[in-house]
Formats: sequence, C-alpha cells, structure tokens
Amino acid sequence: MFWRETFIVFRRQLRIALRNPAWVIIGLVQPVLYLCLFGPLLEPLAGTLGAENAYTLFVPGLLVQLGLFGALFAGFGLIAEWRAGVVEAERVTPASRTALLLGRILRDVLQLFVQGIVLIGLAFLFGLTGSIPGMILGLVITVLLGAACAAASNALALTTKSEDVMAPVLNSIALPVLLLSGILLPMTIGPQWLQVVSDFMPTKYIVNAIRELFTGDFFTITTLWGVVWTLVLFAAGLYVGTRTFRKENA
Amino acid sequence: MIHARGLARTFEGRGRGRKDEVKAVAGVDIDVETGEIVGFLGPNGAGKTTTLRMLTTLLKPTAGTATVAGFDVATQSKEVRKSIGYVSQSGSTSPEARAGEEIMDHGMLYGISRRQAESRGRELFGQLDLEGLWERKPQAMSGGQRRRLDIAMGLVHDPQLVFLDEPTTGLDPQARANLWTHISELRDTRGATVFLTTHYLDEADALCDRILVIDHGSIVASDTPDALKRQVAGDLVELVVADAAQAAAAAELLGRVADAELAAEGATVSARVRGAGHEIAGLIRGLDAAGIALESIEVRRPTLDDVFLDLTGRSLREDA
Repeated sequence: MFWRETFIVFRRQLRIALRNPAWVIIGLVQPVLYLCLFGPLLEPLAGTLGAENAYTLFVPGLLVQLGLFGALFAGFGLIAEWRAGVVEAERVTPASRTALLLGRILRDVLQLFVQGIVLIGLAFLFGLTGSIPGMILGLVITVLLGAACAAASNALALTTKSEDVMAPVLNSIALPVLLLSGILLPMTIGPQWLQVVSDFMPTKYIVNAIRELFTGDFFTITTLWGVVWTLVLFAAGLYVGTRTFRKENA
Repeated sequence: MIHARGLARTFEGRGRGRKDEVKAVAGVDIDVETGEIVGFLGPNGAGKTTTLRMLTTLLKPTAGTATVAGFDVATQSKEVRKSIGYVSQSGSTSPEARAGEEIMDHGMLYGISRRQAESRGRELFGQLDLEGLWERKPQAMSGGQRRRLDIAMGLVHDPQLVFLDEPTTGLDPQARANLWTHISELRDTRGATVFLTTHYLDEADALCDRILVIDHGSIVASDTPDALKRQVAGDLVELVVADAAQAAAAAELLGRVADAELAAEGATVSARVRGAGHEIAGLIRGLDAAGIALESIEVRRPTLDDVFLDLTGRSLREDA
C-alpha cells in the first residue's frame, strides 16, 4: 500500500514535470553550462591545487552543488501545489502522509540522478579520468544528499507556505554552504581561519569524500567522514520532512 | 452520519511576547442524518471552514468529539477519510495537469484500482457535464468546469458523505444554478449525504433540508429554511396609505398585530407580523372600518438575510 501510494505520487509529479519543457531543458543544460564555462578556468589551476586531473577536483564539487541547490529549491513547487489545493486534496485521502512526501522526493532524486549521469558523461569528453566505481559511489552519495535537501525543502515549503519567506531563508543557507564547502575550489588553498570555519560545514566532508572516491581512494578517513555525514544528513532530512508532512494542519 | 459534541478548536496566535488564544470554534454540537443536505451558514471567519476541517480529519479538535460516517475523527481518521469526500475551497488539481489523470491518481490514492478509477472518473465526467474534458488542463477550463472537476475528484471513491466547502464561491449566476442541480442530484440519485458551507443565503435556501447558522464559533440556529424564516423574523407587511395624514392611524392599527417595532416614513408604514397570512384579513377590515384608504399593501416573506440579521445582529454581507 505504502509503496503503491508513493509510486502514484511520484508518477504524477514526474508526468507533470516532463510535460514542462523548461524543467527538462534547464535541468539538462545546467551541468553542461558549468562544465563548458567553468571547467576551462580550472584546468590550468589543477596542478597548483594538487590534483592530477582537474576534473576529479571539479566534477565532485559540481555534483554536490547540483545535489544541494537543485533539491533545496524543490519545495517551491510544493507551495504552488498547496495553493492550488492539491496538497489538501491528497491529505484528505487515506494515503500515507510519508508517501505524499516520498513520491515528491523521488522525482527530485531521479532528476538529480540523470543530471549527475549527464555531468559525469560529459566530463569524460572534457578529459575526466579516474575510478569508475568511485564515480558511481560518488553519485550515490550525491543522490542521498539530494534526497535530504529535497525533504528539508518540502518541509520548509509546507511550514512557510510562502515563496517570499522561503527564498531569503534558502539563500541565506545556500550562500555560506557554497562558499565554505569547497565546492568550487578546495578549502585547503585558503587561510587558516577560513579552513577552521569550513571544518564546521558537513558538506565540506562530503565534497572531499567524493573527490577521493573519484580518484579511487575508497578506504580513507576522509571518505568515511563524507559517508557518515551523508547518512546523518539523509536521516535528518527525512525525519524533518516526514514529521512536517505528518503534522496536522500542515 | 455526523455526530459532534462540544467540538472546539483554539488557535494559538503568536503575539509579541504574549500568547493570544483565538477561539475559532467554541464547542459546537452537530447532528446530520443519512440522506440529508445540510447547509452550514455563516460570514467569513465565523468558523465554518475550521469546523469542516475538523470533521474531515484535517485538523485535530482541541476539545470535544465527533464521529463521522460511524468513525471517530480523532482515533479512526483513516476510516473516516475512506468514507468521505471533501471538496475544499481552494480546488484540488494542478493547473497544468490533465483532468482525467488527476481524477485517476486521486482515486488510486483512495486505494481503488486503476481500471475502477478510470471508469468511475469517466462516469462522473458524464454526470457532471464534463464530457470531452478528460485531456483538458484545469488552467484551460472555466470556473464552473473547474469546480465540477473538484466535485468529481471528491466523488471518485463513491463516498457516502460529501463535504463541500463554499462550492459556488466565485461562479457566475448561471454556473451556480447549474452546480446546485448537480449537488441536489448527489442526494437524489446517489443517496449521498451532503454537508456544505456557504455564505450565500439563497444557496442555503435553495439546496438545503436544514441549515445550521454559525457565528463567532458557535451555532446560533439550526432548523429548516422555512422554519427559520417563520421562527425568527415574521413577514414584513408594508402599507402605503393614500393620504399621508392617515399614516399615524394606520400605524396604530398595524401596531396591534405587529411583532416588532414599526417603521413609518411619509405615507409608508411597515412592520414585521408573525403569520401575516392569518392576520392580514383582520388588518384590512380594521383599516376599512377606520376609513383609511390604501394605495398598496405588500406582504414579504422573510429572507434568510433577515434571519441572519435577527440572529446575529449584523448582516451577512458585513464580512468579518
């Protein structure tokens, strides 16, 4: 029953999204633009940053960025649905509230998965070399992180019910996370104080872990920390999300 | 079908440093029998939607109990949800989805099979004059069509009890009249019990077997539309005398049968008279005997507007 309900919600979300050409095109163009417009800038820097291959440094950062930001903004769609009465109509059915959330998250996760494949595939054309199993694992971590963010974003959307409140909240979270996680440039090139601040950013460990995975280092302490943080965020995101969806009057 | 006792809901408003309690619904008793169409009438902010959301398990009561379709709303919410259809004010479909797919998905969330959902959906589209709109997006439908689609969504699982929250708000008169026919048919052809909220008196009058009037979170009246009109206001009798000088004398005679205060303006005298049909013959004889010639006499049955004014001291249109 639960999985059937989840699937009904997922299929509905996906169907509506796929019929929206903007959703499809923007989703696919995003990773391409990053690779084409930002990749060339990094290539000459790769040596000074301590990487043999610029793309094992760059692509993991982009993956995490897709996972974080694509999914964090997923909640906006829910506000529109709430306004149209869809959320209430679904909540008055006997369907599980968790299924209503999970079906939506699965769509965002699928989008992220496809974007990640496109990104990694294209990066090969640009000259990415590294461990294929590591890349697969890196993609899995990204997807889990994305699921956590999508769940949190949906929870925030259902709590605030207003784009005007949600946009500044998300931006104020997103900017420090982007700057302090070493998504675009590794934190190691920064001054001491900046590195210390970034130590408090769970996503930094995740980016670092995916970088190591891409180069084929599976069993390092960095990788372990990244996996642990991913699982913690995943659990926390799903907890907050389901709690909000199960709450009455949400 | 619905039995509520002392159902109440208090919201905690968050003021600056202090806690306000807002009593949205202050303990209502509601009884609705199978096959009834009951109207829940009140101005905006009276507590209609809050009550409805409690009865449909969307909101937990802070006090009191309610059984809906035989199940307790607090402890058996899943069973309640299976047995009821709820058509909310805000709609139920995404503007960019397709109508047929929306109704099928909705039905399947109720646990019915894909095939069943499709056949029920198509049948409802037929009954609600939505033929040919199966592939249409709600954003390309008229207001009346969208509202009927919402109703179809609420009926896809064949509920015995349907809640309609302000079903005709925002529709043009023709679409409203059309929707009224469909709502009556819910009971007449399907045997469903209907509980609807409205702030249109004519709608409650035209559709409902019984009306509950709610104001400031409490039910102030419950009866049939006719009984309410009889009980509260009395008929309005308006006399226009031929000679304005005789107005005072006419007023005196009218005052003998009148229920409430007289209103006199120039040659016109009017008053509420309980059972005017019965009193009017004597009144005319009396006027005749006193030699008072009449320009016109008019008896107006009270409208529910009058009832509402009488019950709450304000007109229904003075929205909160």
